[in-house]
Amino acid sequence: MAVKRKTTAAAVPVHKSLAKQMMKHWEFYLLLLPGIILTIIFKYVPIYGVQIAFRDYNAVEGFFGSPWVGLKWFERFFNSYNSVRMIRNTVLLSLYSILWTFPIPIILSLLINQVKSKKFQRVTQTIIYAPHFISIMILCGMLRIFLSPYGGLINVIAQAFGAKEAVNFIDSASAFRTIYIASSIWQDAGWGTIIYLATLSSVDASLHEAARVDGASTWQRILHIDVPELIPVIVIQLIMQFGNLMNVGFEKAYLLQTSLNKETSEIIATYVYEQGMLKAMYSFSTAVGLFNTAVNIVLLVVVNRICKKLSNVSFI
Amino acid sequence: MRGSMSTKTKKISSDKVFDIFNYTLLILLIVVVAYPLYYVLIASISDPYEVYGGKTFLLPSKITLEGYFRVFREESIATGYLNSIYYTVLGTVISVALIITTGYCVSKKTLPFRKAIMVFYVFTMYFNGGLIPTYLVVSKLGMLNSVWALILPGGVAVFNVIVARTFFESSIPEELYEAAAIDGSSNLRTFVKIALPLAKPILAVMVIFTMVAYWNDWFTALIYMNEKAKYPLQLALRQVLIQSQATATMMGNMDGGYAEANKITELIKCASIVVGSVPMLVAYPFVQKYFEKGFMAGAVKG
Repeated sequence: MAVKRKTTAAAVPVHKSLAKQMMKHWEFYLLLLPGIILTIIFKYVPIYGVQIAFRDYNAVEGFFGSPWVGLKWFERFFNSYNSVRMIRNTVLLSLYSILWTFPIPIILSLLINQVKSKKFQRVTQTIIYAPHFISIMILCGMLRIFLSPYGGLINVIAQAFGAKEAVNFIDSASAFRTIYIASSIWQDAGWGTIIYLATLSSVDASLHEAARVDGASTWQRILHIDVPELIPVIVIQLIMQFGNLMNVGFEKAYLLQTSLNKETSEIIATYVYEQGMLKAMYSFSTAVGLFNTAVNIVLLVVVNRICKKLSNVSFI
Repeated sequence: MRGSMSTKTKKISSDKVFDIFNYTLLILLIVVVAYPLYYVLIASISDPYEVYGGKTFLLPSKITLEGYFRVFREESIATGYLNSIYYTVLGTVISVALIITTGYCVSKKTLPFRKAIMVFYVFTMYFNGGLIPTYLVVSKLGMLNSVWALILPGGVAVFNVIVARTFFESSIPEELYEAAAIDGSSNLRTFVKIALPLAKPILAVMVIFTMVAYWNDWFTALIYMNEKAKYPLQLALRQVLIQSQATATMMGNMDGGYAEANKITELIKCASIVVGSVPMLVAYPFVQKYFEKGFMAGAVKG
C-alpha cells in the first residue's frame, strides 16, 4: 500500500520529466523511425495476418474478410499421410545437425588458440572462414559436382578403392542427412570458431604463464584454463541452437531435394513453400508454418527454463 | 596440479608431441577445407575430358577458358551479375544505415522506452508471420518484381542491430558523449562527428555481413521476382547448378550425346561457381581482423 501511494504521488513529476527526456532525445526517435515503420509493415502486419491460418483466404476478401474455418487446415495437415514423416524429418535433421556440428568449432578453437605462430594462425583462420562466404546455391552446386555418379570426385575415389559401381548420392534418401550435415560442417565449422576464439583471446595470459611455471603441460592448460573459460559461451550457444530446432535451414534442404529423396528430405519448411508458393494454398501453408513456429516457441521456452535451472545449479 | 610432479624434460617433450599433433591436424584441416574450392577452380580451366578422366586432382590440364566464355555468353548470367551488383549495393547502403542508426539509438541508456523498442525488435526474431502472410503484404504493396521487395522486408537485421548496439555500449566511453554535450554539440552532430568515426570496425563488419547476405540471397528473389530479367546471379545460377541434370538428359536424346553434354555441363558448372563466389571470397579477408570484435560484442548479450 505504502509503495503504491508513493508511486502515485511521484507520478506527476515523473511524467513531466519523461516528456522532457523524450523531447531531449527527439533526434534519436527520428533516427529510429524508419526502422520501426519497416518493422511494423513487414513483420507485425504479417504476424497479424497469420489469422488466415484459421480462415479460408481468398484474394477478394483479403486477410480480415475471408470466412473463418476454425482448425480445418490443421486437421487436414495432421490427417495427411506424410505429416508425421515431415515432422520427424524436421526434428531428426535438426537434432543430428546440432549433435554433429556443435562440438567441432569448440575443439578447433582450442587447437587454433594453441598455435604459437601468429601468421599461421591468421592464415588458418582465413582459409577455414572461406566456405562461409559461399552461397547455399553454390554449395549445393558443388555437392552435385562432387557427388555426381558420372565422374564425380567421390565416386571416382570410391571406385579407386574397389567400389563396384557409381552411386547416385544426390537422389538417395539414405544419404541425404549425411550430405546435409557433412556439408554444413565443411561450410560453417571454421566460421563457428570465431566466437570461441574471441573468448579465448580474452583469457588472462598470466594464468597460462603461472600454470606453465607450475609445470602444467599444454594439454593440462587447455583442460583446466581454456575449457572452463568457454563453458558459459557454450551454454548460450547451445540454448540458441536448441531454441531454433524447428528452423532447420530451408534453403539447403530445398536445393538438395529431388523427387527421389523426399522420404528424408521433405521437411516442414519445404512443404510450406511448396503448398504456399507453388500450389497457392495460402491458408493451408500458413497453418503448417504456424504449427512449426508454435512448436519452436514451446521448445525455446522449455530449453530456456531447463538451462536456467541448470545454470542456477552449476554457475551461481 | 599433477603437472608439477613431472620433470621438466618430460613436460617439454609432451608439449612437443602436442605441437606436432596440433600442426599436423590443422594443416590437414586446411587441406580438407580448401581442396574442394581448389578442385573446382582447376576444373573450371581444364579440358572437361581431362577432368572426367581424373587427371586434374592437383593441377589443371590442357588449360582452356571455354567454360568462362560459355558462362558469360549465357545472357541470364550476365544480366544476373549486373542485377546482383545493383541489389547488393543498394541493399547494403540502406540496411547498414538502418542497422547502425538503430543500434546507436538503442545503446543510449538515457533514452526513454529503450527497453520497449528492443523488445519490439527482438520479438520478431522468434515470432514472424511466416512465408505466405509476408508475401501477401509485399504483393499488396505492389512491390512484386521490384528491388524493394528484396531489400525492405529484411532491411533491419535484428541480430546485427544487437551486435552494433553492444559495440556502441562497450567500445565508446560515455565521457566522450558528455564532453560533446558540454561543448553544446547536438545529438545528431555527436552521432556523426564522434560516434561514427569511432565505429569503423563495426561498420566494416556490418558492411561485409550485409553485402554477403544480399549477394548470396536467391530465395527472396525466387518468391518476389517473376521476371527472369530481374533474377540475381545466384538465382540465374540455379538453372546451371541445380537443374542441369534435366538439361543434360534432354540433350541426351540426341544419339550418344549424353556423356558429351554432361562433361560440358560440368565445365560450365565449375566456371559459374568461380564466377559467383569470387567477389565475396576476395572481400572478406580485408575485414577479417574485425570479425572477432564484432562477434564478441554480439555474443555477450546474445
